[in-house]
Amino acid sequence: MTTPDYRLSQLETLEAESIHVIREVVAELERPVLLFSGGKDSIVMLELARKAFAPARIPFPVMHVDTGLNFPEVLEFRDKRVAELGVDLVVASVPDAIAAGTVKQEPNGSRNRIQTPVLLDAVEEHGFTALFGGARRDEDKARAKERMFSFRDEFGQWDPKNQRPELWDLYNGRIHLGESIRIFPLSNWTELDIWQYILREEIAIPALYLAEEREVVERQGMLYAVNEFIRPRDGEQVRRETVRYRTVGDANLTAAVPSEATTVEEVIAEIAVTRMTERGATRGDDKVSDAAMEDRKKEGYF
Amino acid sequence: MTPVDGPVDLHSDAAAQAHDIAVARKDILRIATAGSVDDGKSTLIGRLLYDSKAVFEDQYEAVERASKGDYVDLALLTDGLRAEREQGITIDVAYRYFSTPRRTFILADTPGHVQYTRNMVTGASTADLAIVLVDARKGMLEQSRRHAFLASLLRVPHLVVAVNKMDLVDWSETTYEAIRDEFTAFAAKLSIPDLTVVPISALNGDNVVTRSENTPWYEGPSLLHHLEHVHVASDRNLVDARFPVQYVIRPQSDAHHDYRGYAGRVASGVLRTGDEVQVLPSGLTTTIAGIDGPRGPVDEAFPPMSVTVRLTDDLDVSRGDLICRPANAPRATQDLDAMVCWMADEPLRPRQRLAIKHTTRSVRAMVKDVVYRLDVNTLHRDQEAGDLGLNDIGRVMLRTTQPLFVDDYARNRATGRFILVDEATNATVGAGMLVAP
Repeated sequence: MTTPDYRLSQLETLEAESIHVIREVVAELERPVLLFSGGKDSIVMLELARKAFAPARIPFPVMHVDTGLNFPEVLEFRDKRVAELGVDLVVASVPDAIAAGTVKQEPNGSRNRIQTPVLLDAVEEHGFTALFGGARRDEDKARAKERMFSFRDEFGQWDPKNQRPELWDLYNGRIHLGESIRIFPLSNWTELDIWQYILREEIAIPALYLAEEREVVERQGMLYAVNEFIRPRDGEQVRRETVRYRTVGDANLTAAVPSEATTVEEVIAEIAVTRMTERGATRGDDKVSDAAMEDRKKEGYF
Repeated sequence: MTPVDGPVDLHSDAAAQAHDIAVARKDILRIATAGSVDDGKSTLIGRLLYDSKAVFEDQYEAVERASKGDYVDLALLTDGLRAEREQGITIDVAYRYFSTPRRTFILADTPGHVQYTRNMVTGASTADLAIVLVDARKGMLEQSRRHAFLASLLRVPHLVVAVNKMDLVDWSETTYEAIRDEFTAFAAKLSIPDLTVVPISALNGDNVVTRSENTPWYEGPSLLHHLEHVHVASDRNLVDARFPVQYVIRPQSDAHHDYRGYAGRVASGVLRTGDEVQVLPSGLTTTIAGIDGPRGPVDEAFPPMSVTVRLTDDLDVSRGDLICRPANAPRATQDLDAMVCWMADEPLRPRQRLAIKHTTRSVRAMVKDVVYRLDVNTLHRDQEAGDLGLNDIGRVMLRTTQPLFVDDYARNRATGRFILVDEATNATVGAGMLVAP
């Protein structure tokens, strides 16, 4: 490595910051767990965790809140990655919770909101005190005020009016019994940083993120690929289009975007010229209200 | 663009250009902005985000819909939480991101009114540069002094005074010069190594991204040009090697049976393989056998790299220890003399017990004395104060249960700082910066 001017690039700076945060959590908090959705952000976060402890194994388990509405490609990817890294996988199952009657699905089929109680139950059951999440501050205005170390009370709630000041890189991980800290090592990364890091580090991602010809239907101005959870309704025309996913959420609600980007390099070019935030473009569940994310976060959502 | 408009043309010149800009090697500049809503801070930030194309179409459309006047209110781009809108206040530091072909920027937007000390100190703690907004019609206010003082207390190396609303004073050179001279005189009393004063109109964009024709008398750069070019590489301390041990890595696997590495972030200075080093508190010396970075072994490590250091000898080293050079060690002390910003409702008083976190070391401390409380508006030192209330700043003496390895904050921002934590509530209640004994 030649760095005669002792300067790190933007990606190296972000990487160093994230690794520092991840190590700090393991040093200070009892039972951390990394929330892994199979999406690009959590994939990058998992890679940073690997680098933080190499050549040792990642010293905490990975948890997936399984809504039962996953893209099969994502589940396959999750299992493969977890096996490669030799980490334990904890699955918090929303279908199991629905079957047990602890939560009820919303009428529109969204299980986004009911993920939260399932997550909180799993946290309590396993005694996790620190939860790594892949959220970024550039995603949403509620996230713009989020800390690296975000304190949650015994109900998992976020109180935006009463956050701990976060000074320098001296993080305060002290909690009482029952309380927990959400950790956001990717806070300062932007969507483009994530993609550039995936390119630079040659990180594997689910194929859904790259353009491919898929059968789609159009609903409320958005394109949904036909799959196990999205069946054409009466009057809907199925057509073939070259599309990709910018985010990977539940398969019944995540829309695809028309795209020619078949490589990570092309995805970067596409995002660089696109003027549409990723959640606005593809997540039907965030369109409900302007403050949707703020409300969900207060309840204990990531 | 709506999602079904069709794919982005990846073979266009725009795509090629955007791609090249995106993948260019850049560095990061961390900025803190201070000022109240009335100074036009939100408009300025909205302008920087919009003109640097960090604003996406759906965000812009939402703002366009919400704008009430004839023009699109860019201030709404920095609109906060519903909890804040309901109360008409901004409650916390918000972080914004934008980039140009040269640099990427992380901007800590700190509200000016409620909890201003806490917010400004939080924002300034990580900043390379602070922007203080001044309304050209009002000139330098108490608040402007306060912001400049806090930036200097936190040793933010670069300060920019943006004299805003120049359009409302008919682009008066005299008005600009009066504010510039007054600020320069005030800054001379503080530790502000680099001060730049720019006349702007955030609303119209004058001197924000490009030089304005309305200020032919102004020969300096536009604000964004200055942000892109300000030299920050030499702001870091590359002289005093300091490596606080964060975590010990021992794989205990067959493939790496003998591996024992000390993970941490280089606080200052440069570490090289083969360097003779000393480990504190034991004082034992050894040499660096190797340094592992995120992509494998590296020859040297410098701030802010996160690495793992391997030592030649098998010493007892754990979290909270510090690796340095034998001829250049920090001070080991249990007596701290520091400027403290207090952030709790309950005042800081002598004999109070607190937890303290300094680098990777956590100890307990007792307040020995509140030497004086500082009036941040007049810089007057009140030696009779006896305690520090919420948002007060003062000189405090503390005694710790274990030695800390410290440098003065002025020389080393990384080893000269600490936080104070209330052991009953676990809240972060203070920020401390060590001064020379």
